[in-house]
Amino acid sequence: MPEGYLPIFVFMVVALLFPVVAIVAAKLVRPSSPFATKLEAYECGIKAASSSRGRYTVRFYIVAILFVIFDVETIFLYPWAVRYQSLGWFGVAEVTVFLVILVVGYVWAYKKGALQWV
Amino acid sequence: MNVDLISILGNFYVLTLIKLGLVAGVLLTALAYLQWIERKVIAHIQLRVGPTRVGPHGLLQPLADTIKLLTKEDLMPSHVNKFFYVLAPMVAVFFALSAIAVIPFGPKINVFGIETYMQLSDLNIGILFLLALSGMGVYGIALAGWSSNNKYSLIGGLRSSAQMISYELPMALAIASPLLLAGSLSLREIAESQAGFMLGFIPRWSIFQMPAPQLMAFVLFMIAGFAETNRIPFDLPEAENELVAGFHTEYSSMKFASFFMAEYANMVTICCLATLLFLGGWYPIVPSPVADYIPTLVHLAGGGMLIFHGLQPARKWDKYTMPVFGVAFLAVGLLFLVPFLQPILLPLFWFISKVGILLFLFIWVRATLPRFRYDQLMHFAWAFMFPVSVVHLFVTAFLVALLK
Amino acid sequence: MLDTIFFYVFALLTIGGAIATITRRSAMHSALSLIVSLLGVAGLYLLQKAEFLFAVQIVLYIGGIMVLFLFVIMLVNLDQAAKERQFNRQWLLGLVASVLVGAQMVWMLNSAGVLSLPAAVPAPAATGPGNIEALADLLFREYLLPFEVASLLLLVAIVGSVMMAKKTS
Repeated sequence: MPEGYLPIFVFMVVALLFPVVAIVAAKLVRPSSPFATKLEAYECGIKAASSSRGRYTVRFYIVAILFVIFDVETIFLYPWAVRYQSLGWFGVAEVTVFLVILVVGYVWAYKKGALQWV
Repeated sequence: MNVDLISILGNFYVLTLIKLGLVAGVLLTALAYLQWIERKVIAHIQLRVGPTRVGPHGLLQPLADTIKLLTKEDLMPSHVNKFFYVLAPMVAVFFALSAIAVIPFGPKINVFGIETYMQLSDLNIGILFLLALSGMGVYGIALAGWSSNNKYSLIGGLRSSAQMISYELPMALAIASPLLLAGSLSLREIAESQAGFMLGFIPRWSIFQMPAPQLMAFVLFMIAGFAETNRIPFDLPEAENELVAGFHTEYSSMKFASFFMAEYANMVTICCLATLLFLGGWYPIVPSPVADYIPTLVHLAGGGMLIFHGLQPARKWDKYTMPVFGVAFLAVGLLFLVPFLQPILLPLFWFISKVGILLFLFIWVRATLPRFRYDQLMHFAWAFMFPVSVVHLFVTAFLVALLK
Repeated sequence: MLDTIFFYVFALLTIGGAIATITRRSAMHSALSLIVSLLGVAGLYLLQKAEFLFAVQIVLYIGGIMVLFLFVIMLVNLDQAAKERQFNRQWLLGLVASVLVGAQMVWMLNSAGVLSLPAAVPAPAATGPGNIEALADLLFREYLLPFEVASLLLLVAIVGSVMMAKKTS
């Protein structure tokens, strides 16, 4: 394993223990007096008419899938940015081609209305 | 005996444990007090006084809040998916707290002959590590929304996760453009690349650095940061006028507090990251001999002001509390003049001030701006932030290639 | 020593997560198990000193693709689908197929001489430019064409996803 990760893993264990300890500690000291009405789904006082599991708008899905695609593109740019000063104009040229192709896709998706929420 | 102690402390594992304890302790205290600061600042912006009852100026309020949240009844509604319902707040806090592990707070320091960095651990891929953690932060909220089995929660969770991933793109692109100048993904090296001054007085921070000042990237990053942390004006997941409390509608007690803690921890991380990427990390704003006296002057001024106000008290206890704080400020101000402490305290002062100013910005915005509508929010992300950050990255690349 | 422990922990996460992914009935549990499995793979990359891949694995797979999975589970009521009759009870056929595929893989690895390699070769100490720099040099100099073609692939993905979603609305 490369250097420097061990302290981070140890810190992550601490970060994991913290909420666990806090929630368990709360369990020990808190009162508990549940009854049926209290445990119902919160719907501003009215009995829930239906389950919350259902079908929701597909727009969330489009956002997620476009995010995955553009995220791949962004990640590609990171090694490029790190090595940029030694790549010079060559680096500019290749990323221009890369980005132009994706911008075409972005513009097309925009024209199609995929990025419009309403 | 003394030498033995130093060699023990200098041991890698012991040193790491000490740093870990320091970072964790300071972080948790800071998170608790950030809540107090936020309430005070917002109160004063809105011409109120904020918490005053618990301790002088409400300074013990965080403690009282913690005790209250610990001892409140913790409801587990009968319709939730129990495993994920308990898991979600833990996930949220876990990823939010972990992020601080890679943040450097200062340069290499020398304490009793032990050389160490003011940072838990530096990674070659520090920034990507933070991006990865912020990407996984979505799970806390999404799982909370889904497992609560409540319509408000589910819609809140969906909205919030869609918002976070949408703003992650411009954020990642805004981060990429100062990397062109720094040429590294290690947070320490990025900060170190901003040392020094141009023409003798303009700091070489990314936002000023020639050939491509990153002011625009900084603005884009901060806007995306507001959205990533679900703060006003982008706190749509909690839009109480339409969604009750969004993804944490069904949460109470310590689980509810966990989400809040995660939000504050994320805020601190975003501010630290902005400081390191754009505002020159722990480097001062003016060249050295002047910069060394600024912390002292700031603290002396603060202390003097507190003592002055203590002499003409507005409330009963101000007569005693304000001079006490004033004297404490004066003492801290004088600490900055001790040559032995200077190399530790000065970078820390500059780093914490910059982070503090950005945190103040977060609070200020919360007290000032109204909330976006959800369609406006998504449209803003995809139709404005994303193309602008792509163009900005491209312009930066062009300028760097042209002028370097 | 420490690396060995980490290796077994990550390997356990990967395999355990993968098994749980295909055996859990609830879609949400499957998705979570898959995340655990992917995290284990990321850890294995890290042990191989491939830091960039480690980060990319988390950012893209866990922060991107699994969020997409999660959205599907949240948007559509999948628990109902889980109660319906399943067509995956062909375990005999599945067993035969997996044994065949496994045998094929072992044969291929063996003929490539991978299996006969000495098991524990420590990774060479990192010298010169770091991991990401080396990767960038390879990606942007030697593998330039695949890099540009990748953007075409992403373009196709954009078109495909938008068309698919438009059809439903």
